[in-house]
Amino acid sequence: MKKIIWFFVIIAFTSCKDDTDCCVNLEPVNVTLKFTHNWDGTPVTASDFNSFNYVTENGESVSIERLRYVVSNVNLGGESKPYQLVDLGINSGFEITFNNVAQGVNNLNFTFGFSDADNIDGVYQDLNTVSFNVPGMLGGGYHYMQFDGKYKDTNNLDANFNYHAIRAVNRSDPNNLIFEDTSFLVDFGSVTITNKATIEIKMNIAEWFKNPNTWNLNQLNTVLMPNFEAQKLISANGKSVFSLGDILQ
Amino acid sequence: MRKIGLNLIFIFCLMSCSSSEEEYIPVPYQLEIPQLFKEKLIAPAIPNNNPLTQEGVALGKKLFFDKKLSGDGTQSCASCHHPQKAFTDNLQFSVGIDGKQGSRNSMPLFNLAWNFDEKFAWDGKDFTLENQALEPVANPIELHADWRKVAERLQNDAEYPTLFSQAFGTTKIDSTLITKALAQFERTLISGNSKFDKFLLGEVALTPEEQNGFDVFMDEAKGDCFHCHGSNNNPLWTDNQFHNNGLDRSFTDLGLGVVTGDPADHGKFKSPSLRNLKFTAPYMHDGRFATLEEVINHYSEGLQASPTIDPLMKKVNQGGVNLTPKDKADLKAFLLTLSDEEFINNPDFKE
Repeated sequence: MKKIIWFFVIIAFTSCKDDTDCCVNLEPVNVTLKFTHNWDGTPVTASDFNSFNYVTENGESVSIERLRYVVSNVNLGGESKPYQLVDLGINSGFEITFNNVAQGVNNLNFTFGFSDADNIDGVYQDLNTVSFNVPGMLGGGYHYMQFDGKYKDTNNLDANFNYHAIRAVNRSDPNNLIFEDTSFLVDFGSVTITNKATIEIKMNIAEWFKNPNTWNLNQLNTVLMPNFEAQKLISANGKSVFSLGDILQ
Repeated sequence: MRKIGLNLIFIFCLMSCSSSEEEYIPVPYQLEIPQLFKEKLIAPAIPNNNPLTQEGVALGKKLFFDKKLSGDGTQSCASCHHPQKAFTDNLQFSVGIDGKQGSRNSMPLFNLAWNFDEKFAWDGKDFTLENQALEPVANPIELHADWRKVAERLQNDAEYPTLFSQAFGTTKIDSTLITKALAQFERTLISGNSKFDKFLLGEVALTPEEQNGFDVFMDEAKGDCFHCHGSNNNPLWTDNQFHNNGLDRSFTDLGLGVVTGDPADHGKFKSPSLRNLKFTAPYMHDGRFATLEEVINHYSEGLQASPTIDPLMKKVNQGGVNLTPKDKADLKAFLLTLSDEEFINNPDFKE
C-alpha cells in the first residue's frame, strides 16, 4: 500500500514538471487598431477637407467638411471597447489599443454606430459634450455618423449635404414611431496575432455613395435624419465601406 | 539627559507651529456644478497649474471689478462684462478707455470651464482662459494698460500683496498671477438654472408655445439648431466650435481665418451659447442683430452663400428654411426659457 502511495506521489510530481516544460506560455501583447480613410484608395485626412477633391459614383464633385462617426462593441479576441468617436476633422479617435490580446487567432469585429441595445439617450457624457445626440422626436440616442460637405449641383453651384446616419425611424405617425436598427456589424473574421501589432481598418469614403445604391446628392442631400428610406440606403451602403488593411507585427 | 530630550522636543514643536503659521495653504474651491451638467457632461477642465482655490477665486473676483487694471483707472473687466448682462454689455461694440470702439461684440462669460478646446474669443485666438485675460488689459482699444505698470500698481496697494500671498504663496505680483486669478474667478461663473433646466429636472412645465419652439429647434427640417447649439442632452447650448453661419457673401472680418491663416476658415466664428439671450443683445460677433427676431429671420430667410458657409445651413439658395411666423415666435419663446435669472443675480458674481 505504501509503495502505491509513493508511486502516485512520484507520478504527480513528474506530471507537474512535464506540464511546465511542455507548454509555451505566450505573453499577451498590445494591439492597436488604426482607422484610416481613403477615397477609392487615395488617402483622406483633414488637410484634404474643404476642396472639391472627390467625385461620387453618380458624378457629383464633393468637398468634405466634417466627418465623424462612432464604432461600438469593438472586439479583438477577448478584448473589447464599448465605443469610440472617430473625428477626421480634428484628427481624433483614430486608434484603439488593447493591452492584453492573446497571441494566436482572434476575431476582430465592431458595430458601426450603436446597436439599439447600446443606443441609450443621453448616457454617454463625452458624446453629449460634442453634441452627437439625436433629437428625442427621432427616438433619441446618438448619431452613427455626421458627414457634411458641399457638392456641385446640376447648375454647377455649391450646395450643402448632411449625410447623417442614425437609427432609421418612420414618423408617418408621430405618436407611433417605428424604428429600424440600421447600425451594422463589421466583421473581419479571424486575425492571427503573433506579436505586438497594429491593424489597419480602412474606411473607403467613396463607398457611402456607391454600393449597392448609387447616391444622387441632387436628390438626397440634407434632412436625411428623419428620412426612413434614406437611412436604410445609408446603412446598406455602409456595409462595404470598411475593410481590413495592413497588419504590422 | 531626559530633561534635555524633553526640551528638544518642546523646541521642535514650537518651531513646527511657527513654520505652519507662516506657510499659508490656500483652501481648494469646489465648483457648484448643476445637476444636469453632472449627468450629461464630462467634468470641467481645470488646468493643473492653476487649481481653483477660495483665495484665488476671491482675488480674481476683486481684480475683475478693479479699475486699476486699466491704463487710466477708469475701467475694469466688468465694464464690458457686466454680471447683470450675463457678463457682456448691451453695446454693439464696447468702448475702451480712450473712447475707441472695437469691431467685435463683447462675449458673455459663463460655463467657460466646459470649453474643452480652450479656444476663447469669437475667433478662437486665445488659447486658455489665462492667456485670454492677458489680451484686453494691454489692448489699446480696450483697457489700454501696460502690464508692468498694472503689476506695480497692485504691488503698491495696501491689500493685494497679502491677497496674492494667500492665493499663490508669493507677494510678488505679475501678469501671470493676475491672469491666473482672473481665470479662476471666471471658471466659477456657471449658469445652469434656467426655466428649461428646471423643466428637464421635472420641476416646471413648458407652455405649448415653448414646447413647440423646442421642437422647431430640434427638428432637422425646421430650425435644425441642435447640431451647433446643443440640446436637452448638452446643457451648454453650444458646441464651442467655429462656423460660418451665412451672415455675409464676402467678409470684412475673417474671424477664425485670421488666426489659422486657412482660407477655409474665413468668416467662421464661435457658436455662442444660447443661454441668457434675454440679457445679451445685440447678437452675432459684430452685434449686427438687435433682437432675437432679427436673428431668427436671418436663419429663416437671410442666409448668404459663400464658399465657407457651414454645410449645416439648409436651403441657402432660398435664404433658409422659411419658418412660419408661429414657429418663429415659438422658437423665440423657447430660447427665452434658457434665461437664468439666478445667474445674473448671484451675489457671488457681483462686485
